[in-house]
Amino acid sequence: MSDADLTDLDEDELRTVLWQDSLSAAALYAVAPRALGGIVVRGHAGPVRDAWLDKAKRFLPEDVPLRKIPGSISDDRLLGGLDLSATLSQGRAVASTGLLSEADGGTVVLPMAERLAARTTAHLLTALDTGSVSVEREGVSRKLPARFGFIALDEGIGPDERPPSGLVDRAAFLIDLENLRYGDIADSLVSPENVWEARALFPHVVLPDSIVESLGHTAIALSIPSLRIAILALAAARAAAALNGRTEVGPEEAQLAARLVLLPRGQGMPEPPAPPDEEQEEAPPEDSQDPEQNQDDQKDPDKAEDDKVLEAADALLPDGLLRDLLMGRGARNRARSNAGAGQMRESPRRGRPAGIRPGNPKAGYRLSLVDSLRTAAPWQPLRRRQRPDAPVAVHVRPEDFRVVRYKEQAQSVILFIVDASGSAAFQRLAEAKGAVELLLADCYVRRDRVALIAFRGTLAEMILPPTRSLTRAKRVLADLPGGGGTPMATAIDAAIGLALDIRRRGETPILCFLTDGRANIARDGAPGRPQAKEDALVSARALAALEFTTLFIDTAPRPQDAAQALARAMDARYLPLPVADAKSVNTAVRASL
Amino acid sequence: MVFPFPFSAIVGQNDMKQALLLAAIDPSLGGVLVFGDRGSGKSTAVRAMAALLPPMKVVAGCSYHCDPAWTASQCVEGCGLRSGAKPKAETVPVPIVDMPLGATEDRVVGALDIEKALTQGEKSFEPGLLARANRGFLYIDEVNLLEDHLVDLLLDVAASGENVVEREGLSIRHPARFVLVGSGNPEEGELRPQLLDRFGLSVEVSTPKDIKTRIEVLKRRDAYEQDREGFIAEWQAEEEKTRKKITSAKNRVAKVEVPDAILETAAEFCAHIGADGLRGELTLMRASRALAAYEGKKSVTVKHLRTIAPSALRHRLRRDPLDETGATVRIERALDEMLPQ
Repeated sequence: MSDADLTDLDEDELRTVLWQDSLSAAALYAVAPRALGGIVVRGHAGPVRDAWLDKAKRFLPEDVPLRKIPGSISDDRLLGGLDLSATLSQGRAVASTGLLSEADGGTVVLPMAERLAARTTAHLLTALDTGSVSVEREGVSRKLPARFGFIALDEGIGPDERPPSGLVDRAAFLIDLENLRYGDIADSLVSPENVWEARALFPHVVLPDSIVESLGHTAIALSIPSLRIAILALAAARAAAALNGRTEVGPEEAQLAARLVLLPRGQGMPEPPAPPDEEQEEAPPEDSQDPEQNQDDQKDPDKAEDDKVLEAADALLPDGLLRDLLMGRGARNRARSNAGAGQMRESPRRGRPAGIRPGNPKAGYRLSLVDSLRTAAPWQPLRRRQRPDAPVAVHVRPEDFRVVRYKEQAQSVILFIVDASGSAAFQRLAEAKGAVELLLADCYVRRDRVALIAFRGTLAEMILPPTRSLTRAKRVLADLPGGGGTPMATAIDAAIGLALDIRRRGETPILCFLTDGRANIARDGAPGRPQAKEDALVSARALAALEFTTLFIDTAPRPQDAAQALARAMDARYLPLPVADAKSVNTAVRASL
Repeated sequence: MVFPFPFSAIVGQNDMKQALLLAAIDPSLGGVLVFGDRGSGKSTAVRAMAALLPPMKVVAGCSYHCDPAWTASQCVEGCGLRSGAKPKAETVPVPIVDMPLGATEDRVVGALDIEKALTQGEKSFEPGLLARANRGFLYIDEVNLLEDHLVDLLLDVAASGENVVEREGLSIRHPARFVLVGSGNPEEGELRPQLLDRFGLSVEVSTPKDIKTRIEVLKRRDAYEQDREGFIAEWQAEEEKTRKKITSAKNRVAKVEVPDAILETAAEFCAHIGADGLRGELTLMRASRALAAYEGKKSVTVKHLRTIAPSALRHRLRRDPLDETGATVRIERALDEMLPQ
């Protein structure tokens, strides 16, 4: 089915197509798991996903391993190593194999892939890239084959809760079961026997140059920068041909590959392709950067304006504001002492030592040698009697192990909520941007992450999910348009949602509102100042109840009561952004040139 | 057996390939930083180095890859060199050690061997990743997401060539000379300027935008996926040629002359663009020398300086995190001004 046909379908038919596509993806993957990398399945745990998983598993041959990797897996279970308990009880080195090498030739299933730990991801990616795992621990030094594909179950909510990008980049298929209903479940058009025959045929399928070129062009037209994806599309086309019992890829298979692999990653408008230039390869890398960055010396009136604004804000914003806020000094009217730089949380490795407890050093905790031996000491005579000929000086058993606990400071995420409405835009949006940039620089130094919510019209939108990349933050801010109403209540609600999300992840949110506080759009999107104001105050009080550290920067030309009242309701520190005198700013800019 | 994609078959990305080759020729350059998009061949290039580099002689069974030609004092306990007898040598490929993002400090530097300590009452050292990377490459993908203190530690060891372990009653030092290769995507987070400055060379890569190049990448990759052994055999001659050039450059790099005039020019240039500290100057000089050796030249010329300057200096210019003026552009402009072609 071509893409043109898809647009003509009604909703029910579209869902049928989506379901069949998801099964096609599973079948193609099963033809050559290693070449296709994997499948990322978005959707909640439920009957639809269970049905899909069940059918997908049927495509896989029964004699190959299918292993589930729980998010909590420890390194030695994942990679293999020395079996500590067996070694101690038997008095000789006992090696254990890891899950990754046990999955060789098969598939691993990753439940809750959006919460996969960084270290587990790193091991997985290395194994996917090299097709092997190296175990170099405790004197066990082995390299075992680990050629597998993966099915990642993504239960994330919202666009920013996603599996690790390295994993997504290595999966041929991204399928979305979120909108499918139980009634959409149907049998697959492909039988498992077809898949098994195709597995044998796959290595012999030829890919004509014209197909390579057309898929390459399609990837560019869809603005997919990563070449990995294009390579996966080639493999998918080949698998499709094998499924059709053909030894050469035809246009039909290429189309299917483009629809299943490339289309879900399309990044919008096609980008004009660079002219084929002989010198392209030799060109220094800055050619590929944003052209704006290269024109810094050219007289660009907009840019000069921005700089002025930035400098103005620089002069007017109190020094080290953010630092003060984080130190808790800025949080007035507060008895709490933990306002600020990250709440304490327990960590296996870093931070201040916070006591000793029984535990396994393999789980990433540091063994406390002295305490472990102290625990073992009273049992020595008894144990020696039990095993008189064991060749050990001290009888230590796994249950004697004591590990050190640490507490570390959680990371802070500074959440900027920027008013881009008409009232603010025409007066102070540029200056607010300048202020945010200065605060961003402050965050950069502190290694905090930042996120941005902009609100105008009837919407509050997260335009930058929590990130540590200043480049990205700056770009997003520069592209922020202004105009429209001030949906204050919606903005506060969005901020609460994101802040709670951040807190759930174990990080500490710090909220920073930049607005004039003149609400004129109610929560339901209806215009009208009184209702909007009332809604905003209700939301603000809800925010105050959550006791986040909050800063309210008033961007109005002169401080006003409404904004102050709102800040009070939020229990925020109120700070008027002083009026910039255009004349003196100009003088200052000219003097510095 | 795993067959990595051949280095010579990587299309384009000349800056990155050159930086890796120069670091292989003169490991004292101090590491390579590769920043760029996902799927632009960073990992492929680094992993390909293992097959490309000429294999090296090591003391058989030594966890630190000691060179049999070393004297006993250069080595550590447990290595065959210490016994005084002539050690048995074996030939191994140059190690390319992957450092996983979640690696803990004791896995990196090494630690007390807990099992031995508890079961046999023996105090022995369990070498970490730094020992395994000795005389090879240590590769950190997504270095920008690594804990700062680990990056710092790695750079320290890479600069001193020695790993000093003082913990849990152990006092061990062992050689750890390796080329640190860090890669990452700046969109996902940045590296602190202090750490940036400590990498020798820095290159920026991006996926090729040119259609012809992209199609060529796809074709080669597809040929490789289809028949790995055949594809590698096809590129064998090319790989051999590069390998010979590296070996010969390694032997000659110390003899390549750096004329005083060039030294002066390099110093002036660094001062002009505001790359303060001696590190930039030193890297510029060393990398130019390695490049001259690779090209088979007897002395360094201005052309070498020009070629090296962007990668040796671009990461040393940034002062203000908000100043996005392309560092490369600034260098190019200064080059045209001071060293016209």
